[in-house]
Amino acid sequence: MTSRFSGGVKPPAGKQAADVPTSSLPRPAIVILPLRQHIGAACYPLVRVGERVARGQPVGDSDAALAAPVHATVSGRVTAIEPWITPSGQTELAVLVETDPEDRWWEQLPEPLGWSMDPEALSPDEIRRRARLAGLVGMGGAGFPTAVKLMPRSGSPVPELVVLNGAECEPLLSADRRLMLEDPLRVVVGLKFLMQTTGAPRGVIAVEEANSDCAAALAPFLGHDPRLRVAVLPSRYPQGAEKMLVWAVARRKVPLGGLPLDVGVAVQNVATAAALATALAEGRPLTERIVTVAGEVASPGNWLVPIGSQTTDLIAAAGGIRHGATRVVMGGPMMGVAHPSARPVPVTKTIGGLILIRPQSPADAEPAPCIRCGRCVAVCPMGLVPAELARLAGAGRWDLAREHHVTACMECGSCAYVCPAQRPLVQLIRRAKAEAARQAQQQPTGRNGTGV
Amino acid sequence: MSRTETSPIVTTGPHLWGGPGTGRIMSDLLLALIPAVLGAVYFFGSDALAVVLVSTGTAAAVEWVTNRWLGRRSTLADGSALVTGLLLALNLPAGVPLWLPAVGAFFAIAIVKQAFGGLGYNLVNPALAARAFLLIGWPTQMTTWPAPPDAVSMATPLAVLTKPLALEATVGAAPGYLDLLVGRVGGSLGETSALLLLIGAAYLLYRRVIDWRIPVAIFGTVAILTWILGGRGGPFQGDALYHLLAGGLILGAFYMATDYVTAPITPRGRWIFGIGVGLVTVLIRLYGSFPEGVSFAILFMNLMTPLLDRLTVPRPFGGARE
Repeated sequence: MTSRFSGGVKPPAGKQAADVPTSSLPRPAIVILPLRQHIGAACYPLVRVGERVARGQPVGDSDAALAAPVHATVSGRVTAIEPWITPSGQTELAVLVETDPEDRWWEQLPEPLGWSMDPEALSPDEIRRRARLAGLVGMGGAGFPTAVKLMPRSGSPVPELVVLNGAECEPLLSADRRLMLEDPLRVVVGLKFLMQTTGAPRGVIAVEEANSDCAAALAPFLGHDPRLRVAVLPSRYPQGAEKMLVWAVARRKVPLGGLPLDVGVAVQNVATAAALATALAEGRPLTERIVTVAGEVASPGNWLVPIGSQTTDLIAAAGGIRHGATRVVMGGPMMGVAHPSARPVPVTKTIGGLILIRPQSPADAEPAPCIRCGRCVAVCPMGLVPAELARLAGAGRWDLAREHHVTACMECGSCAYVCPAQRPLVQLIRRAKAEAARQAQQQPTGRNGTGV
Repeated sequence: MSRTETSPIVTTGPHLWGGPGTGRIMSDLLLALIPAVLGAVYFFGSDALAVVLVSTGTAAAVEWVTNRWLGRRSTLADGSALVTGLLLALNLPAGVPLWLPAVGAFFAIAIVKQAFGGLGYNLVNPALAARAFLLIGWPTQMTTWPAPPDAVSMATPLAVLTKPLALEATVGAAPGYLDLLVGRVGGSLGETSALLLLIGAAYLLYRRVIDWRIPVAIFGTVAILTWILGGRGGPFQGDALYHLLAGGLILGAFYMATDYVTAPITPRGRWIFGIGVGLVTVLIRLYGSFPEGVSFAILFMNLMTPLLDRLTVPRPFGGARE
């Protein structure tokens, strides 16, 4: 009993790496650890150039409420603390660590609680404290600090449901899929900890139909716990968007400008849940994640990589570029950001895939005039009129764009995917969103924004 | 404005494109009209072919020249000018002097389309505006309908049906349903065979080139209203099927009213647009002085399109009822 959201697109299903088991990336010579890999304040460095660090040792932290510490993901020596380009395209201060062969873990890690511990024996505060210590952030792409997301919200009721987002709807990505297939226990344990933290009496792991084998892999670990189930959703982009996911699983509409919590649902990515389980059971912070490398590479696959590994390391592990791909998309091909493929960019906590492409994406095409065909309207999962929003943005009519609900756009790119004129709809709308948000700040008119 | 936020440093998504492109859509439209064009040539001979060639040729030439003159990127390759030229031809009687389609195509492309900003910016359908212009400027040439060789009547079927008192004395009985379907009736090139137009329309619907809402709204409205109001003997005795098959309704509803540029972009707007086209068509057919009203109905609703788009902004997902 799941509900199909309206709109969306069905990019070709080809998940090149879907059935390639995860392998470990050869230890990189150097890792680059940007001091902001999350939404919120940047961390300040806790280490100095020349200092030896161990794996799991914090190298950056912040006193701000909205932040997450950053840890060394290998053992080695700090060689520099300098600005570095990050996946979003912005430059952040980063700690560079030259790897040593010892692969030592930090001695001061929190005490491991073991895999057999009862989640209900831990207080929500203790779980949140450890989530923050472990540097956990939403690993599905948003990067919202997990400890903050797990905080009870004044005015919001205790959620009835935790939904683990395993609907990896971006084409070509299979990192979450491999995690659910290869490590279902960690995902399920993470879910139980999340239910204990939020007080939600029920938990659902949501996967797409194309990944129904993940449901089978998870099932034995759910046991006969009546509180838990797996929901198999239609394979359709953007099924993994929070609002579409909550609709599909619980048939509830997150109000405009609101959060899933407003309708009693707490959403977390499956990789985040697994990282939380590791943080509690093993005491280990977030130092590695699964990354899919696909597109124009010799051997697409999935790698367990130390966070801070560079794009160039991963591309080499996948056998190198083929067909003259010149750019690497960090994240999924629909919502990711493309960098020149020769440029080393660190993989951060939120990056689940690297996709090598040839430069013929919509962003490269010379846009033709809008013929008002309405395809963008038909596919917009938020029920907007992208062509009109883009027109208003082009004309600088931010006020009208706001009246047309431009702030509700989540930039999924379905509109640009189908646009016959290949217009840069998302780019225009993003501009209008920024301007509309600035206007709203100047003259507050109530709630705004698109949620987390 | 192009490539916003696209710097040499990074480019933002989506990095995939599913198509189809504008050119592909226009070729689908041309493809869908081929049966009707072949039918016209079969029924009316080389006269029809000449009208088609002059109309499309002039449309393409004018598009090319005006683009160069205005310093715009050539849009000839997207095929939109050919579609306009072909649609205009299908709205003309065979056997007109060949300067008539040339003048019409010039008016459609140079004035209605390019002077208003080119592809995507015209207010009304160029082919229909040109037809209206020609009809007012040269009414005699525009209403001299040669009958197909084995046609049953010299009068166009709608003239017989809707203006009975004036015409019944001078012409024979109205053609039957089968004649309308197959095309053994008088009319414009594209108004004769409903069947050939329906084949193309089915293709367009299958390819999802056109939105089914608009034709469904038009046919529904015309059927209901002509059934209620169109009978000679009193209410609820009208011949709805006849009204659906006759005249330019099928050509207009599937190929002209669905023109993206001049129809609303929102689903609700398209419903209202279609109902409006149906309503105005019936009013003109039953109570106006022209026998046929489809083109004027579409032109009228074209002008309502910006208003409909404004009034039918959809409620976003999770938005409150206003």
